[in-house]
Amino acid sequence: MHIKVERISKTFGRFEAVKDVSFEIADGRLVGILGPSGGGKTTILRMLAGLETPDSGTIYFDGHPVNDVPPQKRGIGFVFQNYALFRHMTVFDNIAFGLVVQRRKKEEIRERVARFIELTALNGLENRLPHQLSGGQRQRVAFARALAPEPKLLLLDEPFAAIDAKVRKELRTWLKNTIRAVGVTTIFVTHDQEEAVEVADEMIVVHQGRVEQQGAPIDIYQRPQSPFVASFIGETTVLDNIPSLRGFESAAGFERAIIRPEFVEVGTEREIKLPGASNRGKVRNVFFRGMHWQVDVQVGDSILSAYRSAELPPLRPDDDVFVLVHRLYAFEHGRCTVLENAAKTDPMPVSI
Amino acid sequence: MDMAGTVAKSGFAAAEARPRHLTEPPLVRWMLIGIALVFLALVLLLPLTTVIAEALAKGVQTYLAAVTEPDALSAIRLTLLVAAIAVPLNTVFGVAAAWAIAKFKFSGRNVLVTLIDLPFAVSPVISGLIFVLLFGAQGWFGPWLEAAGIKIIFALPGIVLATVFVTFPFVARELLPVMQAQGSEEEEAAAGMGAGGWRIFFRITLPNIKWGLLYGIILCNARAMGEFGAVSVVSGHIRGLTNTIPLHVEILYNEYQFTASFAVASLLVLLALMTLIAKNVMEWKQQQVTQRMREEVETDAH
Repeated sequence: MHIKVERISKTFGRFEAVKDVSFEIADGRLVGILGPSGGGKTTILRMLAGLETPDSGTIYFDGHPVNDVPPQKRGIGFVFQNYALFRHMTVFDNIAFGLVVQRRKKEEIRERVARFIELTALNGLENRLPHQLSGGQRQRVAFARALAPEPKLLLLDEPFAAIDAKVRKELRTWLKNTIRAVGVTTIFVTHDQEEAVEVADEMIVVHQGRVEQQGAPIDIYQRPQSPFVASFIGETTVLDNIPSLRGFESAAGFERAIIRPEFVEVGTEREIKLPGASNRGKVRNVFFRGMHWQVDVQVGDSILSAYRSAELPPLRPDDDVFVLVHRLYAFEHGRCTVLENAAKTDPMPVSI
Repeated sequence: MDMAGTVAKSGFAAAEARPRHLTEPPLVRWMLIGIALVFLALVLLLPLTTVIAEALAKGVQTYLAAVTEPDALSAIRLTLLVAAIAVPLNTVFGVAAAWAIAKFKFSGRNVLVTLIDLPFAVSPVISGLIFVLLFGAQGWFGPWLEAAGIKIIFALPGIVLATVFVTFPFVARELLPVMQAQGSEEEEAAAGMGAGGWRIFFRITLPNIKWGLLYGIILCNARAMGEFGAVSVVSGHIRGLTNTIPLHVEILYNEYQFTASFAVASLLVLLALMTLIAKNVMEWKQQQVTQRMREEVETDAH
């Protein structure tokens, strides 16, 4: 289903949850709404489902305004954060509920439920009650229950929030594949950027009730359009004095910059290939991050974070090192510019 | 007669073995338990056994005669009739009020919560007097009612009104915490799948609150049958006509018919015992449901 949201706003008392939000989602897409908690993501989702009414603005499904259509008539599947399974009904009855409401034939209901039990790998649990299931199983029941009545739009509110980290990774891949197989337009809400990047083929970043940026995850990562997006997606260090960095001397007039650890190389004189484009720094802290080192290094007045391969010899606090900043995001009046290290392309690097 | 009043829900679960640093020395413990038991025996068990003993003092024949004489039967019938009207009314009201308070946000919500508790705070005699002042011969609507030929005070409608007033907090009070704990997500999920209001209520809401609801109804019923003060004011004590069981007991007692009085009173004791048993079963069931909810939340949190 094609979805168009035009300038919707929603206020709860004095709190403006959603401010003038517009976006468009093409049929069959898997879209992640990403943003910090309390940023209005769930409110947007609930307005799409018809559980809240926008104060102003219009929501269109396939070109038809649906503001006045009750949730019962919207043809939507909704998976709640805590699943909201019907606690006194068995797994089977939970999944069958939407089909019973649609007055499908008994035979058809049995067939469809069986299909979704199969699809969600819940075989053998048909007669269990929700409290007899694990978190992951409950999530799959909620998912099957939402999909069984063939919704045209599937909405998921923080679908992985209540699941432990290990199962979460498996479920993400599984969810993505299953949604692909069913082919339903899907919107999910999350505050976890890793989750959004991994699952969604399109992301909408929401902050303080506004849409900050919409696009493919890789585009949002590489070309953040606002300081918020740059700082929210990926690890970041904020820097005030850009020209103090070697290679960025000419970058005056920017208010501040954001640097990601993956843009920063830290090493001894022998390891850094372009010492002419590097600053001298002192190691402050070293953390082992499982697959790599995170090195916090002091350059002038600022502390930058950098990743360093676990294959390289470890650095220790107070080591003197070279710090090569490849790239940074510079901001001026809320606009973002990507700056590359100018000294890297210098034809005659001067060694110090 | 208010045996089923506002007894706080017992928290058996919380009384599990306490860590040692929180436990008092054995002497203190046994003293506390002893005081509680002696007090219970003196204030509760002794009077109750006395009622039964007195009732049967002159043999089963006299007991049966006292319970089956026409005035007693009429009192029993009236009591059952009043409960049969008041309890369903308060069930509907209680569900509606708890629903409104738990699931919607509206101005005056807190006022409604406070008003529900009003009958608990007001003396039953006042509750009765309110209706006399409203509908009695000298009351606000009195002349008008008299002209229309409608009798409320010293008749069935008055007794029902007073009973409804006194017992209306029970169902709502029981349901409120249950409904507030459950939130409205299950209803929203059902609505999203196309279910209409009635289906949502009967298929989702009602099964979720049924134990709390039954518990509230039982308490409401016990109070409706046992209410003395408010009913006494509006009933007029007309023998065989407007006397409920508690009023009948009092009349018999005042006429020095102790055996008969205790015999009829034993009916109320029986009702109390049945209420207590049913109440414990309901509580146990509801606790199981809450326990499950808690387990669900806990497994989710891991």
